[in-house]
Amino acid sequence: MAIVSAGLFKNPTRCFRPTSTVSVGLICTFTYRHAYKINRVSFSGSIPSSYYCRATPSTTMEEVKPTFDVDKAAVLVNRLRKTFNSGKTKSYEWRISQLESISKMVDEKEKEIIEALYEDLSKPELEAYLSEILMVKSSCKLALKELKQWMMPKKAETSLATYPSSAEIVSEPLGVVLVISTWNFPFSLSLEPVIGAIAAGNAVVLKPSEIAPATSSLLSRLLGEYMDQSAVIVVEGAVAETSALLEQKWDKIFFTGGARVGRIVMAAAAKNLTPVTLELGGKCPAVVDSNVNLQIASRRIIAGKWVCNNGQACIGVDYIITTKEFAPKLIEALVSVVEEIFGKDPMESKERSRIINSFHFSRLVNLLDEDKVSGKIVFGGQRDGSQLQIAPTILLDVPEDSLIMQEEIFGPLLPIMTVERLEDSFAMINRKPKPLAAYLFSDDEQIKREFVQNVYAGGMAINDTILQVTVPSLPFGGVGESGMGAYHGKFSFDAFSHKKAVLYRSFAGESPTRYPPYTPEKQKQIKVLLSGNIFKIILALLGWFKD
Amino acid sequence: MGSKSEDKAVFDTESAKQMVNKLRASFMAGKTKTYEWRVSQLIAMLNMLEENELQIVSALRDDLSKPELESSIYEIAMLKNSCKLALKEMKHWMKPEKAKTSLTTFPSSAEIVSEPLGVVFVISAWNYPFLLSLDPMVGAIAAGNAIVLKPSELAPASSSLLAKLVAGYLDGSCIKVVEGAVPETSALLEQKWDKIFYTGNGRVARIVMAAAAKHLTPIVLELGGKSPVIVDSGIDLKVATRRIIAGKWGCNNGQACVSPDYIITAKDYAVKLVDSFKCELQQFYGKNPLESKDLSRIVNSNHFDRLSKLLEEDKVSSKIAHGGARDETNLKIAPTILLDVPINSLIMKEEIFGPLLPIILVDNVEESFDMINSSGPKPLAAYLFTNNNKLKEKFVAEVSAGGLVVNDTTVHLAEHNLPFGGVGESGMGSYHGKFSFDAFSHKKAVLYKGFSGDSSLRYPPYTRGKLRLLQALLSGSILRIIRALLGW
Repeated sequence: MAIVSAGLFKNPTRCFRPTSTVSVGLICTFTYRHAYKINRVSFSGSIPSSYYCRATPSTTMEEVKPTFDVDKAAVLVNRLRKTFNSGKTKSYEWRISQLESISKMVDEKEKEIIEALYEDLSKPELEAYLSEILMVKSSCKLALKELKQWMMPKKAETSLATYPSSAEIVSEPLGVVLVISTWNFPFSLSLEPVIGAIAAGNAVVLKPSEIAPATSSLLSRLLGEYMDQSAVIVVEGAVAETSALLEQKWDKIFFTGGARVGRIVMAAAAKNLTPVTLELGGKCPAVVDSNVNLQIASRRIIAGKWVCNNGQACIGVDYIITTKEFAPKLIEALVSVVEEIFGKDPMESKERSRIINSFHFSRLVNLLDEDKVSGKIVFGGQRDGSQLQIAPTILLDVPEDSLIMQEEIFGPLLPIMTVERLEDSFAMINRKPKPLAAYLFSDDEQIKREFVQNVYAGGMAINDTILQVTVPSLPFGGVGESGMGAYHGKFSFDAFSHKKAVLYRSFAGESPTRYPPYTPEKQKQIKVLLSGNIFKIILALLGWFKD
Repeated sequence: MGSKSEDKAVFDTESAKQMVNKLRASFMAGKTKTYEWRVSQLIAMLNMLEENELQIVSALRDDLSKPELESSIYEIAMLKNSCKLALKEMKHWMKPEKAKTSLTTFPSSAEIVSEPLGVVFVISAWNYPFLLSLDPMVGAIAAGNAIVLKPSELAPASSSLLAKLVAGYLDGSCIKVVEGAVPETSALLEQKWDKIFYTGNGRVARIVMAAAAKHLTPIVLELGGKSPVIVDSGIDLKVATRRIIAGKWGCNNGQACVSPDYIITAKDYAVKLVDSFKCELQQFYGKNPLESKDLSRIVNSNHFDRLSKLLEEDKVSSKIAHGGARDETNLKIAPTILLDVPINSLIMKEEIFGPLLPIILVDNVEESFDMINSSGPKPLAAYLFTNNNKLKEKFVAEVSAGGLVVNDTTVHLAEHNLPFGGVGESGMGSYHGKFSFDAFSHKKAVLYKGFSGDSSLRYPPYTRGKLRLLQALLSGSILRIIRALLGW
């Protein structure tokens, strides 16, 4: 998702226009059940009057423009911290009630969510349903089912050194956490971490991406309506609002986006020693062996590229590596499946998301138009700036030092790199920063084993793409440039918990050896005790042990 | 080390870069990844500790006047145990962990593979210079990484011994020690690491984390904090007192990150508690504790002055209930107990990290929980002495800290099945036992599929029927699935 950064920080941000002009007096006296859009910021649900009462009295909101600045952010965090300190979010009941609310919200507002995603990305309904709604639903369901189990302290064995004793590891909420989300899966990538944060008993602020404005505003409205406003808050906005939020002290920051902003987030977190989870992206390769079921392999590659938000996914296939002799066959198969799925003129197909905005459209066009690249297109290449569409495009043997092979593509372009022997692909992948995912299609057990052993990546799928993220028993997260920390399933709960070690002892089991004055006799006994050798311990206690 | 630096080239950014590149080449060659290499290095470390115990004890005496017994327990025996545990369990730790798969990906199998991170950087501290240097290294080696260790320059004898021993015993193409202070550390911090493991204080930790952010390097920060001890009445006072003393003065004279920093007890119990301390302290350290060989000294005059200032503050100096003796030339401070110091005094604001132990009074011990939680930063440890089970439960449920011990102090550190690490101001990430291995591993999720079980459902063109079937499939309701398949 390296691209998100570019969007977030370079792009002129889209501003929300105030939808109505309401007098400030009104805001101070009434609590509204729906969202306000004031400049670029919107708060949902009941707003404490203190938020706006400090603003200069004026007749219209347009003139007041209470921007979400550092002070507002501080007030917000303090309010949530108070809620957290009251213990409200810690109770099992509260967590369940909030998870149920999310589940209900998704059930009841399915249509609106799909519409918002269509507005932001022309995301096809089935894709929206699968990758955004279902993901969130099943995560909620899992958390609701497993939460009691997750919250239970985990017994730990104790050793002779502290005998008699017992020990456990207690999962404790971190406090007030910040979730910064992104635009490509704006719904699921916002709510997935929020589910983990709530399951773990934290108060949460969610900052959705301003680059998917319809979803951002929908999230703000829906969470305002369904969630406990004393503990779960959405702040909409762009750089200014994010910066104001990042200046606060959080107990965890969970960021999904590009590596460049990831660095900014981590540097901000360093000031308060706040732990971070960074879900970034990278160039995810798919290595294709010659012994595969070519039709199925092609379909699954396409499922992880153009059927996955049109390539705008952090785990989407970025490029393919295959052998020189196999490349023509692979291209033929890919082309035939693309035509089968999207029709003869893929530009007309409604089954693909569009490019998010013109900034990213030009970025992708630049990748295609680079001198050493433009001649390598073997399929596709059509683009339509007015519709923000680029056709599924396959490129063969682009040079490794081209832009398209240097940065994360994050769009519908698919370069195919060729190697002499398939094993050479491992080194090619490892030369680049560690990707979020790496894929291999092969029927050769030896190659599979070597791939898993030798290729560095956040996660892997063998003979498929992207599905590893749907398995809740697998941690989802990057390594190196593709991020740090992981989530999904119980890992989400863990990402927002502190694992508190607790050791219980009684007043029995006291030995004078532990205390000064340290006589040579004691030295001997203690050393033996710590060596854990029962036989020696007995000897030492009886005074028979010689060093 | 002034004379040394003249005949030795300065360790600057360029030298740091070259060193990291060299280690990265070793790592990329796959040398550190093999089980055999990891075992060989752990055995070498074990030999190093066994064959050089006397030298280690003597370096620790030079740096801290650390009593031999403390050195052999905390800096040698504990390390040996870590090595032995890793040697015994490593095969098991390295094994991919099977993960259940769901209907969505049927038929498939999945596993979580532990993979080394690459070239890692361990920055250690002066108070347990061997343990805090080598214990993280055990984890880093077990996980298959190349390592640079920067020991603390504030314990120079240990630092130079570590450099010598590591070079003598461990594989120099993959494991290096860089001695030095701020310039060397800064040069190292400019490099791209795959993990930084820092033990020390919150101020430097912020610098380390900011440097790590530039390269998106994950970090473990092992810091400290004001670890409180709550003492309830109705307990075996003698045992409690001894265990507090063991965790305070018996741990490097209070210069330990998990040492009790202050005590909270009920007003009417305090006098009994102080009397018990007086009695046990005298038994342990004699009438003149400044002469005792069983107490470490203060590490240097900076820290001596810092501690003196804490004692001399106006509102504090009159509160000394026991001890208070100081010997500046030998950098010794006697075990000192202060009764009822004000909460806003310096000694109650910063981590003491020395032999001073304030006692704070409350009407009811239950108030202490709020006091700890509201006093701000979360401590690395919190301790409670009580026989009251309700209170124990409440303590565990409500008090937030890196780790907790009920009815003892500091011993959780010795339990390798417990993660050791802080939260909030006391740090992030944890280690010990398998947690050390995990701290230096990436957990790579791997999903395996065959070429069967492909459904056209997954691919466009998307028809209404497909959507319905998918909804049914994913809802997991068999009935709905059948209905959808039949087109109802």
